[in-house]
Amino acid sequence: MSPLDKQAIVAGPGYSRWLIPPAALAVHLSIGQVYAFSVFKNSLVASFDTSLTAIGWVFSISIVMLGLSAAVLGTWVERSGPRKAMLTAALCWGVGFVVGSAGIASGQLWLLYLGYGVIGGIGLGIGYISPVSTLIKWFPDRPGLATGMAIMGFGGGALIASPLSNRLMGLYDPDFVPTDSGAVASASALAQTFLTLGLVYTAFMLVGAALVRVPPGHGDDSTAEHSPGTNGALVRASQAIRTPQFWLLWVVLFCNVTAGIGILEQAAPMIQDFFREGGDSSVSAAAAGGFVGVLSLANMIGRFVWSSLSDRIGRRTTYVMYLGVGLVLYLLLALFGSSSTVVFVALAAVIISYYGGGFATVPAYLKDLFGTLEVGAIHGRLLTAWAAAGVAGPLIVNGILDRVGEPGNLVAADYRPALLTMVGVLAVGFVANLLIRPVPDEHFDHDAHSANEDRISARQEATR
Amino acid sequence: MSTTDSTRPAPITSGSTTPPVLVALAWLLVGVPLAYGLWQTLVRASALFTG
Repeated sequence: MSPLDKQAIVAGPGYSRWLIPPAALAVHLSIGQVYAFSVFKNSLVASFDTSLTAIGWVFSISIVMLGLSAAVLGTWVERSGPRKAMLTAALCWGVGFVVGSAGIASGQLWLLYLGYGVIGGIGLGIGYISPVSTLIKWFPDRPGLATGMAIMGFGGGALIASPLSNRLMGLYDPDFVPTDSGAVASASALAQTFLTLGLVYTAFMLVGAALVRVPPGHGDDSTAEHSPGTNGALVRASQAIRTPQFWLLWVVLFCNVTAGIGILEQAAPMIQDFFREGGDSSVSAAAAGGFVGVLSLANMIGRFVWSSLSDRIGRRTTYVMYLGVGLVLYLLLALFGSSSTVVFVALAAVIISYYGGGFATVPAYLKDLFGTLEVGAIHGRLLTAWAAAGVAGPLIVNGILDRVGEPGNLVAADYRPALLTMVGVLAVGFVANLLIRPVPDEHFDHDAHSANEDRISARQEATR
Repeated sequence: MSTTDSTRPAPITSGSTTPPVLVALAWLLVGVPLAYGLWQTLVRASALFTG
């Protein structure tokens, strides 16, 4: 038996479950770096002497690979256990940076696509889902809290990576001044920064892999006591994707993410445009940057707060809030957002907190619907909704805004069609959420279900 | 939508023998960089009110 196998990482008696969230955070804080990729954009454009679009592809490839690898490798992650998955994610993420660094140093953009985009993207997908199922098993009483803590780390990772990357580029290139908006780091500094980040993140993720354990009795899925969903549901991933519940939840996640991206994509120019009169905006570029910071905080906090709340008020009610209240807030933003910056910032911050909350709450929603039998693999398949929204959201917003002009030179009224479109998107998600019902037993894995019932009865007998 | 307590495995909460120092160190390891990121973001966000 390899020390990486699931059977080898069964927690001994008395192993504290409070070591599992930091193990998960070590991974999510590292891979959350992807949301700070824009910090390299100007320098990469200058280094490769290419367009912003060509560099933008690096991020797009990595997010598409995240969705694809989570979907395709979800079952492998579930069966192999969190340590093997975290180790694989750490190696892919680290190698992705190293190959990307080689691409920058040699001026080969395709190596950056392959390294950071493809290899790193696979690390993102495996890393994202690797601790989720384990956390739900350790915290069957508070799955929303547990996954909220980990997925909060994905939001937090960007908060760390952005200033850290700027510091590293400044360290390797003394002429690089991060506070200068037009500053570009040299190719050599960029390559060294990528290399450093790759090594640091790999080491950090390996600590998570070393700490993680599966709960006692979960070394072998076929003999483990699983936490069933509503009505005792225990559903395998291959069967889950044949249920309307899975696809309704897919639509819910897709709509929630698409609507959030509607604001995130254009946050800085949007706030300046909303308060533009006679060609000049009353919101400075520095204040617009501050607004992006506020949204990052709201995104991170929403992941933890709303997901934890879902343990108390239920998953469906929580999504009624994300989509229903979110819809009303979006409408208020479109109609009255330009009345004051306080109103604008407050509305946008709550909307983005719902965006983050939607990511963090969805694993617990899946657990409620399908049970913990293969919840990690089902979660992986559901993340294709994120990849799809990552393409659809910017397409919708940019497509509508392109007709009226260029963000940064618009006024509040120009944003109204895009924002009202997002109200419609949220309405679709709201209805999809209301249509979700418990999974009927025709989809259950009956062998696993009856074996699990026997194990639950035996436990209850033993504790009586 | 939630599972009933009777069918849910009991939370593994009691009888921890893990040294509290190890738990604290693990949280410090992730908490310190997160606090650094939060602080840097708060400084950046403050420009919204001062810029």
